[in-house]
Amino acid sequence: MRNIFLVIKREYLVRVKKKSFLIMTLLGPLLFVGFYATVIWVAIGSVDTKTVQVLDESGLFRNEFKDSETLHFDFINGNIDSAKTDFRKTEASALVYIPKNVIREPKTVRIYASKNVSLDLKSEIEKVIEKQIEDIKLSEAGITHKILEDSRVNVSSETISLSEEGEKNSSSAAATAIGGVCAFLIYMSVFIYGTQVMRGITEEKTSRIVEVIISSVKPFQLMLGKIIGVALVGLTQFLLWIILTVGLTSATSAIVSSQMSKESPQVQQEIEKMQNGMPGRGMPGNAVENPMAEILGAVNSLNIPLILGCFLFYYLGGYLLYSALFGAVGAAVDNDADTQQFMLPITLPIIFSFVFAQFVLRDPDGSLAFWTSIIPFTSPIIMMVRIPFGVPAWEIALSMVLLVIGFMGTTWLAARIYRVGILMYGKKVTYKELAKWIFYK
Amino acid sequence: MNIIEVRNVTKEYSNHIALDDVSISIPRGQIFGLLGPNGAGKTSLIRIINQITGPDKGEILFDGQRLNDSHISRIGYLPEERGLYKKMKVGDQLLYLAQLKGLSQKEALEKLKVWFVKFDIKTWWDKSVSDLSKGMQQKVQFVSTVLHEPDLIILDEPFSGFDPINANLIRDEILELKQKGSTIIFSTHRMETVEELCDHIALIHKSKKVLDGPKNVIKEQFKTHTYFVEYRGSLTGQNGFYEVSAEKELENEYRRATIHLEENRSPNELLASLLPYVEIRSFGENIPSMSEIFMRSVNEIPEA
Repeated sequence: MRNIFLVIKREYLVRVKKKSFLIMTLLGPLLFVGFYATVIWVAIGSVDTKTVQVLDESGLFRNEFKDSETLHFDFINGNIDSAKTDFRKTEASALVYIPKNVIREPKTVRIYASKNVSLDLKSEIEKVIEKQIEDIKLSEAGITHKILEDSRVNVSSETISLSEEGEKNSSSAAATAIGGVCAFLIYMSVFIYGTQVMRGITEEKTSRIVEVIISSVKPFQLMLGKIIGVALVGLTQFLLWIILTVGLTSATSAIVSSQMSKESPQVQQEIEKMQNGMPGRGMPGNAVENPMAEILGAVNSLNIPLILGCFLFYYLGGYLLYSALFGAVGAAVDNDADTQQFMLPITLPIIFSFVFAQFVLRDPDGSLAFWTSIIPFTSPIIMMVRIPFGVPAWEIALSMVLLVIGFMGTTWLAARIYRVGILMYGKKVTYKELAKWIFYK
Repeated sequence: MNIIEVRNVTKEYSNHIALDDVSISIPRGQIFGLLGPNGAGKTSLIRIINQITGPDKGEILFDGQRLNDSHISRIGYLPEERGLYKKMKVGDQLLYLAQLKGLSQKEALEKLKVWFVKFDIKTWWDKSVSDLSKGMQQKVQFVSTVLHEPDLIILDEPFSGFDPINANLIRDEILELKQKGSTIIFSTHRMETVEELCDHIALIHKSKKVLDGPKNVIKEQFKTHTYFVEYRGSLTGQNGFYEVSAEKELENEYRRATIHLEENRSPNELLASLLPYVEIRSFGENIPSMSEIFMRSVNEIPEA
């Protein structure tokens, strides 16, 4: 027991003291915060207004292109050729040319631009023209605006999940976001830390220190110590990320909002809502206007302690299951380059789970979702996708028990391969060989 | 009393037998040479004594007890393929290895200081192993092998990679450890080392033990009753109880003859029969070198 602790300590300290760990730990939250800041910036920001020139030969659109925060429409006269020459001298970003017979030949509309026109701008212009042509055609057919307005219905359904605790607002968007993020984090960490275990074992093998170590420590202890040590490194990194991200995010948004408050009180309100995360609750009308607040409100309606607890469990379980297998590969080969041939069967189920996760997000209670969240090789990722949507307790329990059995199984298997592999040099190992090792006495 | 008692150990791998019913006794406080050609099974035996692998049949006694976990900290092992964590600092690494052998951090630190002074390597403490030369790494590894003052030290080719000065340094350390009461098992191909250091030897060939015992006894066994004479004059050799097997011209009309004597005759009789005919400058018995013993033992075993 003392030895396994010593191994864990070494594996942990060696990795935590590395510069790359420090860099990743600092960079991670910066990326998060950068992302967060960009989102705010984009949401409130892009203030520069673009000018679009409109040459409307048909005269039907004069009142249809309305200036918005980002777009200013400038109506010009004359013929298209002179307009094109003039356009180059102005700072306008696009020139829309609507010919006379646009109603009959809508495809003759042209957008000229000095650079490529953004899809947004293009579709906005098209929408305006389409709508106007539609309206004209409809009124020609005798349908008035009044009839049109009346026939338009706006459905915005509010989803409410029914559970024993009673009704509560839920947002499938929030559940999707949380499930997706958790699944992605587990997917990434299984890869990153599983590979670290593999590298560590290959390093010990190629540097030949392993023979010295296992003359003091049982091979199984050495393998387990390494796996646990790396797991702790992962947890440390997560913990530091959370602390740093929370710290940096609140600092950033404080700075951003204090700057913005001078410009627009409405923006500040918005940011405050985002920070508080609570506003939309019980006030659906309000929430619809403010999607960000709606999501944050819905997040609060989710069972956060359950999600966190499960995340921890599935992170550890998934990591233990796969890192044992990665470890076995590391022990079987002589150097990093040879790991490729054995990596595929290990990485496939991880990648598959990540692909399945996209489908499960759409149908979190389907049979694909059920089975993949029960099978240990896919459950760490898939179950995390499902949990924010609500999963029956027995399914979670079954999946957890199977995951525990799963990682005990892979650890046993890996230990059998490991104890033979670490002392085997210069031999091209095949799957048949590996199978033989497992059954060695 | 013997520190290690190997009893009828057999070790089989999937496609070959590494050790076939091997029994060896290793006496306490001596330097024991474990010899044999490449692939004979030496490393397999060493790994079994280190409890890295277990025997398929037979048993090993350490100090009269069946080998168990409590013996791990009493053994120091220097494998033939040296290795350290490349990116770890020398000091941290030695502390770690010593703690794995059961020393507390404090004890390990104290003992390390002594060795760092002794080998004059104080400046290495904070260096990365990868910054050291191969010989320096060997020194570090030697320290890690003996730091916990083990009763049994197993050295596999301990001098490979050392320059003559450092090889001497290590040799002196080995002798000092022996003085202090440690038992040392040497596994080596270098017969001159065996000749110089070993008290006891065992020879393993093709998974079987073919020779075992104190070095002088074995040398006695391998005597061929061959003598050499350097003389001037004419050696007739018609006496019948000896036979001149080779002769060589030396300077100043001296010649050197190799003479084979019948088993029940003494060298005195030979000298007496030679004296009337020749002038003798030097005379002696051809004691077989370890190298010869090794070659003969290995070659006597027919190829399987």
